[in-house]
Amino acid sequence: MRGMKARAAYTGVPGWLYALAVVAALVVVLPLLAIVARVNWANFLPMVTSEPALSALGLSLRTSAASTALCIVLGVPLALVLARGRFPLQGLLRSLVLLPLVLPPVVGGIALLYTFGRQGLLGGALEVLGLQIAFSTTAVVLAQTFVALPFLVVSLEGALRTGGSRYEAVAATLGAPPRVVFRRVTLPLILPGLASGAVLAFARSLGEFGATLTFAGSLQGVTRTLPLEIYLQRETDPDAAVALSLVLVAVAVAVVALAYGRPAGGRTAGQVSGKRTTAPAPAGGNVP
Amino acid sequence: MLAAAALTLGLAGCAGNASPGDDTGEGTLTVFAAASLTSSFSELAEMFEAQHPGTDVTVSFAGSSDLATQISQGAPADVFASADTRNMDKLGDAGLLQGEPRIFATNTLAIAVPTGNPAGINSFADLARAGTRLVTCARQVPCGAAAAALSQQHGTGLSPVSEENSVTDVLGKVISGEADAGLVYVTDVRSAGDRVESVPFPEAAGAVNTYPIAVLAGSRNTTTAGAFMDLVAGPEGRQVLAQAGFGPATQ
Repeated sequence: MRGMKARAAYTGVPGWLYALAVVAALVVVLPLLAIVARVNWANFLPMVTSEPALSALGLSLRTSAASTALCIVLGVPLALVLARGRFPLQGLLRSLVLLPLVLPPVVGGIALLYTFGRQGLLGGALEVLGLQIAFSTTAVVLAQTFVALPFLVVSLEGALRTGGSRYEAVAATLGAPPRVVFRRVTLPLILPGLASGAVLAFARSLGEFGATLTFAGSLQGVTRTLPLEIYLQRETDPDAAVALSLVLVAVAVAVVALAYGRPAGGRTAGQVSGKRTTAPAPAGGNVP
Repeated sequence: MLAAAALTLGLAGCAGNASPGDDTGEGTLTVFAAASLTSSFSELAEMFEAQHPGTDVTVSFAGSSDLATQISQGAPADVFASADTRNMDKLGDAGLLQGEPRIFATNTLAIAVPTGNPAGINSFADLARAGTRLVTCARQVPCGAAAAALSQQHGTGLSPVSEENSVTDVLGKVISGEADAGLVYVTDVRSAGDRVESVPFPEAAGAVNTYPIAVLAGSRNTTTAGAFMDLVAGPEGRQVLAQAGFGPATQ
């Protein structure tokens, strides 16, 4: 503990580290500034409000919202089971679930193709049910969910682990069955982690490109999301591609600000414990 | 400063080795060629190296518009072979070419269907049949422009389920069996071998893509670059290109 305190108060950083840190910041910031510098401002508004651009932006927002919802519905149980459950091969499952974080998206697209495609693992069964996934908006949502789910699971599992299970244990000793503990204690506790995880999943969905291109195809209003539209515009109208890129950068900045900016260190101990003192109270009160 | 240096290095690295300053015919020749030329230009590069000992030909294959963008952003290349005249003209207008480009090949569209032709596509008109899952290129890329032109010429209302960015993406969707049919180039069907079947259609003659080649203004190896162009446009080049399915140059 004493060591921790001393380190927290110590702010000396060697000068040469500052120099490298500036270079590191430039690696990220310079290309973004280059985009801004290349924007053709005179035509900016017509370019970003053209029919294909608006259609792509609308599709991107709709599909990202849908895949974020799917990530929450599927990711919360998965994170809970991974953080709290005890079963064989748990470690292996965790590693597998996190794979899309490090896989090139195009590999994800190929994997999805051979799962849900016509000739895929589930393709035959889906065809019998009259479902055709490839070339549909559903395929876009599936591709986005595939790449975004690990983001939600990781941030949620982290929140669950740092939070510990003391309050749940107390609620259980007071007689609350697991489903009540989940609804009245666990869920309110993980809400901040869930919110930042959901924002990250949304952002990742919005940027999805490789898996969508490989698996879903590209058709205006159906599968051509904003990143695909940018990639296509680049062929004939680089100015429009730059303008649309700036729109995505702006959305990304807003998303990052939402996830990390406002709840200054939303996942720091102070805030989590602040939530914690209020959350378990009603749960405890309700348990006879 | 450091970041700028790193970026410059990165750009140079992507473009391969710059040609050396001497113009003796030896050294490295960097060729930027359209993706559809991959197999034929790889063969021609080897042929050229055999004919010119001491010369190392590096060919970078990508979409024509990507290559044109890289060249206009300063990528060091000696020769550019494009799959359409539009991207070549773009460089010409920007003063990045030496001399006039030469047309060295043509390419026409073909209907590619998965092995066994499960949807029973037998003509261009069949592509417009309701329920046919047709995949084409987007209009912004040359193969899509050709498909749109044919569709207009023959009043066939094509409604593809996907308009891809590149002809290889179209081919991939046919090979995987996701699409019932795809409009690709004759050369793509040829290179795909027995992974797809091809349905010939006479209407294809209505949209012919021409392939121009030119020496770039930034080349410091113009003699060698010119010699490579001669090989591509000469009898040996014609033979290699014809084997890949390209049509003869008709100016």
